[in-house]
Amino acid sequence: MKVFIYPTNSLILSDLVERFGHEPLAIMSEIGKRVRTQGLDSPPLNITPEEPKLGLKYAAVEVPSGVRGRMALFDPLISKADAAIIVRDPVTSFGCMGCARTNELINFLIRAKKIPLLELDYPSTEEDAKEFVFKISEFLKSLKPAEEAK
Amino acid sequence: MDTITKMVVINSQKVLPSDVVIKLYESNADVMIKETCFGIIVSGERTIVDSLLSSIRKMDPYGIFIKERGLAPGEPYRCRATRRGGARPGFHTLETEDKILPYIASALKALDKGEIPKQKQKKKKLDVEKLKEIIKEAEVTQ
Repeated sequence: MKVFIYPTNSLILSDLVERFGHEPLAIMSEIGKRVRTQGLDSPPLNITPEEPKLGLKYAAVEVPSGVRGRMALFDPLISKADAAIIVRDPVTSFGCMGCARTNELINFLIRAKKIPLLELDYPSTEEDAKEFVFKISEFLKSLKPAEEAK
Repeated sequence: MDTITKMVVINSQKVLPSDVVIKLYESNADVMIKETCFGIIVSGERTIVDSLLSSIRKMDPYGIFIKERGLAPGEPYRCRATRRGGARPGFHTLETEDKILPYIASALKALDKGEIPKQKQKKKKLDVEKLKEIIKEAEVTQ
C-alpha cells in the first residue's frame, strides 16, 4: 500500500515503511520528478507559475503563493495515499517542510481523507523508540502488503 | 528510463561508508556513487538501484537506513561547492534524525527478538476542580 509520511522528507519513516513492505509517499520523489524533467524553467525545483494554480484546489487565491506552490507538490502524494503515518510536531520544519500553514493544511487533509492513520511523537529515548517502531510495524502489518494491493 | 537517486545513511558500528562503496564498485552496476560524511548517494536506474541497495542493507540491517533523494549527487543547484557552502536543504532534518538512529536501530533489534514494549502511561491533564482546590489551599496558607 502507498503510505503517506509526515514529515514528508523523513529518513526514519521512509526507511521503516519500505522495510515493512510498503511504498512510502515522500516529497523527494515529487522533487525528483520536477528536477529530472527536461527544460528547467525555474530551478532548482522547477516550480512554474502553473504550480500555484494547481494549488488552488486546496487554498484560495489570497493565500500566499508559497502555500499553493507547496500544495501542488503535495497534491499527488495526498491523492495517492492509502494510509498515513504522522509524527506530531516534528522538530525540523526546514525547506519543503518549512511552511506552518501548509503543514496544518496537510494534516487536516489527511485526517479528512478518512484513511488508516497512525499518529506518533518522535522518540527521545531508547524506550520511546521501541514503542515508536513497534507501533509502526503493527500499523503497517495491519495494512495489505504493496504487492497484494496491486 | 526511470532514474532515481537514493541516499544511504550509515549509523553502524561495523560498516563504514567506504566498505559500502567498495561493495558497490564490486557489483559493477551502472550507477553513479558518491561517498559522503553521512553515508553514500547512489544514482541510477530504479530497478538497478533498488536491487543493489537491498543487498547493501543486508551488510548491517540495523545500521543502514535508506531514503530517496530528489536531486542527483553534485546537482549544481544544490551542491554546496557551487553555492559556496552552507547547509543544503534537507540537511537539518537529516541531522536531527541521525541523532535518533541508534535508538531506532536498537528498537529494530528488539522488534526482531519479539520484544513487546511496555505501553507508556499517558499523563492526564490537570482537572479544573483539582486546580481550584490547589488555588484555595495556596490562598489559605498565605
